[in-house]
Amino acid sequence: ASTLLYVEHNGEGAVAPATLSAAAAANQHLPGQLEALVCGSGDTVKRAAEAAARLPGVSKVWLASDASLAHPLAETHAHLLSSLATKQKPSHVLAASTAQGRNVLPRAAALLATQPVTDVVKIVDDNTFVRPIYAGNAFATVQYRPPPAIRVVTVRPTAFPLDQTAAAAAAGSSAASPAAPVEPVPPELLAPLAGLPAAKWESADVRSTGRPELGSAKVVVCGGRALKSAENFAMLEQLADLLGGAVGASRAAVDAGYVANDLQVGQTGKVVAPDLYIGVGISGAIQHLAGMKDSRTIVAINNDGEAPIFSVADYGLEADLFKAVPELIEAVKKAKQQ
Amino acid sequence: MKVLVAIKRVIDYAVPVRVRPDKAGVEALLPKLSMNPFCEIALEEAVRLKERGVAAEVVAVSVGPPHFQDTLRTALAMGADRAVHVPLTAEVVALQAAAAAGGGEGGAGAGGAAAAASSESPLQPLGVARVLAALAGREGAGLVLLGKQAIDDDCNQTGQMLAGLLGWPQATFASKLELELGGKGSGGGAAAAAAAARVTREVDGGLEVLSLPLPAVVTADLRLNTPRFVTLPAMMRAKKRPIESAPLESLGLSPADVAPALALLRVEEPPARAAGTRVGGVEELVRRLREEARVL
Repeated sequence: ASTLLYVEHNGEGAVAPATLSAAAAANQHLPGQLEALVCGSGDTVKRAAEAAARLPGVSKVWLASDASLAHPLAETHAHLLSSLATKQKPSHVLAASTAQGRNVLPRAAALLATQPVTDVVKIVDDNTFVRPIYAGNAFATVQYRPPPAIRVVTVRPTAFPLDQTAAAAAAGSSAASPAAPVEPVPPELLAPLAGLPAAKWESADVRSTGRPELGSAKVVVCGGRALKSAENFAMLEQLADLLGGAVGASRAAVDAGYVANDLQVGQTGKVVAPDLYIGVGISGAIQHLAGMKDSRTIVAINNDGEAPIFSVADYGLEADLFKAVPELIEAVKKAKQQ
Repeated sequence: MKVLVAIKRVIDYAVPVRVRPDKAGVEALLPKLSMNPFCEIALEEAVRLKERGVAAEVVAVSVGPPHFQDTLRTALAMGADRAVHVPLTAEVVALQAAAAAGGGEGGAGAGGAAAAASSESPLQPLGVARVLAALAGREGAGLVLLGKQAIDDDCNQTGQMLAGLLGWPQATFASKLELELGGKGSGGGAAAAAAAARVTREVDGGLEVLSLPLPAVVTADLRLNTPRFVTLPAMMRAKKRPIESAPLESLGLSPADVAPALALLRVEEPPARAAGTRVGGVEELVRRLREEARVL
């Protein structure tokens, strides 16, 4: 048994935090060696492969460098992932359940004629997995029967916390585990990629806020429609920055145009499970709760004492947010100084 | 150009579900089934393509138990030109029951299969993707539109798997779709032939724009459009229109091709959260976050 990990990396050669969680899931719950596949082109992919080689538990890194892999297109990435899996015959092909993992892995699974298991929150054994259904209102335990040669799995990053070595590796610290060997994938696997009918990458509008990524942040401050304007969200940004956290929003706030769509937390947006979630002016529609109720500590600030979010909040503060949030900012500043 | 739209029937998004006491599945608190919201968005986009003269025909397809035809009627009422239903034979349902009952929890598993046969589709995404691939080939579709995921099993797989099986380009999580026109359509009648699809996708951290040579597969995210309201007269007219039945064998598929690979062992409630407390003010909140929760 062995696992082939599909590595996601950013434009600067660093391994995505979500991939670190997937590696941790493999180390803790899947048998056999862990090999990683890093796809991309140029210097970036080389640096990402070197970073992946220092991930705890990784015994080998496959480096796939080709112009057709420069952008994470499902067509080329899934093709390469499936052809490497066919050659190496791992028992599991694994990725994080991010936008990229969800885009690439099912396609690779189809090429391997395997039904994938996506968004896994618990690995029971080699063939048995727990995953949320109905927006997290129920958890299904599913089992491959009979077991296929290759199991294709994506794991929800928030369900598999990093150990300290992984966190050190993520930070690029040399105190992390020693580097595993990096080997280029056989050229015959790259050759077919150029001829594939594939999407052409045109552009991306990915805003860098300097804040942690919403899906993996330790602190998330979410705002609802009660914030009343885009300008008022600055208050939440200030609070998030003080706490080293990310800013999120309810669907109502996104639809009202206060923030960009990628900040939406909920059933159809991002699922977050930070150590600390602070919901400001959020009533707690079931679709929003589905995206945050696995957070470790939940704080709700709302002037409506009947708001449903209070039923999941560890600490509920019934107050006017325009008074409470500035007070909270000052109190956190003071607490930080102590 | 012909556009194929895949449709799934699910428990209505507004109806709360709870885990059944025998843990074999969930039950809806109200017996209301509807078109999966993301499928509805995909269909709306297809109908708009036809209204703009880019699509020549919109074909809605659904794979599942007989009652899925009700949702195909809604699709016709929304503007689909044709509806194709791929019925599940008793043999397929039996395969599902066998998979569900195969373990040491036979009773619960068999119950789950019975429930699945009565209200939900027992198929899994690979099986559905195989059916859709066969239909896309038969229809000569230039574009297949699907929802990004169904709100019952939340798999988020079918579109990607279909694109993989067909070897077509894919764009998942679309929030904007524009078709770039080429010359006059050869097989598309009055509609001009589309050369490529320009899709804006929602990715982690922002948006990405892809250009897809056709034929291609696109899956719809929430912000692609707001589906139209289906009027009663449209619904009445749709009731009189035929729904084509396309059995698996007619598509060159066998029950084994759509047999489930995963057995559902059990369904459980999410872990309950302990009841929280109200705090009197910001000062108390900060103190307790530091001292009790230790998150500050």
